[in-house]
Amino acid sequence: MMIKRKKIEEKIFKVLMVLATMTIAFALMLIIYSILYKGLPSLSWEMISQTPKGGFYFGKEGGILNAIIGSLYLSIGATFLAFIVGLPVALYINVHLVKRKKIVNAIRFFLDLLWGVPSIVYGAFGFSLMIYMGIRTSLLAGIITVAFLIIPIMIRAMDEVFKEVPRGLMEAAFSLGSTKSETAYKIFFRQCVPGVITAILLSLGRGIGDAASVMFTTGYTDHIPTSLTQPTATLPLSIFFQLSSPIPEVQNRAYASALVLTIIILIISLSARMISGKYQKNKINF
Amino acid sequence: MNNHTKININNVNLSIGKQHILKNINVEIPEKKITVILGPSGCGKTTLLKCLNRLTDSYEDINVSGNIFINNKDILKSNGDITELRKKMGLLSQRPYPLPMSIYDNVAYGLKISGRKKKRFLNKRVEHYLKQASLWEETYDRLKEPASSLSIGQQQRLCLARGLAVDPEIILADEPTSALDPLSSQAIEEKFIHLKQYYTIVLVTHILRQAKRIADNIVFMYLGEVIEQGPAESFFNNPKMEKTKAYLSGAFN
Repeated sequence: MMIKRKKIEEKIFKVLMVLATMTIAFALMLIIYSILYKGLPSLSWEMISQTPKGGFYFGKEGGILNAIIGSLYLSIGATFLAFIVGLPVALYINVHLVKRKKIVNAIRFFLDLLWGVPSIVYGAFGFSLMIYMGIRTSLLAGIITVAFLIIPIMIRAMDEVFKEVPRGLMEAAFSLGSTKSETAYKIFFRQCVPGVITAILLSLGRGIGDAASVMFTTGYTDHIPTSLTQPTATLPLSIFFQLSSPIPEVQNRAYASALVLTIIILIISLSARMISGKYQKNKINF
Repeated sequence: MNNHTKININNVNLSIGKQHILKNINVEIPEKKITVILGPSGCGKTTLLKCLNRLTDSYEDINVSGNIFINNKDILKSNGDITELRKKMGLLSQRPYPLPMSIYDNVAYGLKISGRKKKRFLNKRVEHYLKQASLWEETYDRLKEPASSLSIGQQQRLCLARGLAVDPEIILADEPTSALDPLSSQAIEEKFIHLKQYYTIVLVTHILRQAKRIADNIVFMYLGEVIEQGPAESFFNNPKMEKTKAYLSGAFN
């Protein structure tokens, strides 16, 4: 009797799990399908190799090269900045603060709060920071704002990886005479290279796809920026502007832009995976 | 015996939070001998070992009092460089923790961080210590491979080589054979017997037979206290305390 009930239970939960997995897969396919269906006809070589002609609202000619380049500049710059700030923090809370559990938990809690803050708030914060510092909408302002946005993600993603480093490995490093910083950068970092790359990738993906934080800070332009102080176009905003255009052809171009953005993110993930696979070999599996 | 004492533990008490882990520990550890800290699981042997190179520093809420003299210097009081203290001791833990790098770099790591980076010097030292840990024959043609490619037994010998490479005076070993197969365990034990002419070895174990095989000196602990200590022969053949007799007859394990 009991065994039979368990078998039925097992079956029901299995069906539920399969169903949930399939729903998610289906939704994902649907998104990709609609981007492909609407975007592919408008996607042309012209689209990815030229800057817009006739303005971003009404322009049916030209392309979105300005936004492609702008988004890459912006997200790579912001990710780099966030990494430089984030790596020491993530290592510090896991190595130097190893015996200060309460402080570490408080830091984690605040980072999680920051992670949850909507990106438009970061945009507004960046905007007021710009006014305070006297900078105009520019690539630099955008990089700084997006860096603020992704720093909590970057730190927490790396933190989760460093947390898994076994205590024995840390003690091994200590007993060989390593200082805390040597243990952090030479042992923890090396052990976690694949995870750190995943953290960078996660932040890059978040940074390249966000529209609200760059709206006030980076601006928009038809040109490819040549310096940090110029306004810069980004793909999410170009999607936004094209989609809000009254002209159907331009609206369709929004889906082509979305397709380009998706492909860029796909390329980033794939190459990151390949790189992290290469560094996997030194990792010790405990 | 007194002038050959390497480590002198004096009235050491240790508590974590409200838990009193080590109670009034007084132990003398002779130089260039194998001292086995013996006792059932959870009696504080490992904690006592970790006091010796101050790995206890990295635990929360831990409170250590008393004195531990190594070369007549109180390491619990000294504000000196803790990395220097730790370099005097090689550590083998319950399971091997090789560093996430190549076999070669594992052995060279300790030397590199003390600023000795000359390639020829490192090559010689790495070969020397791998030979000392009886690992050279198995690894000389694959030094650039990651340490993770070695078997567990080989990894433990690599950890020994790596620990010896920083030129310690003391080897601390925390149940170093507990994750190993019988042959690898035997290899480690034989290494210890060979190495005791150069190093002071402190070995923690709960395996009575292992203690009988290799110990020169025994410290028997039970529930955070040292019950009996002394030369292995008299400890095994002529135990003085009731608890020791009970333990040796297998009453608790």
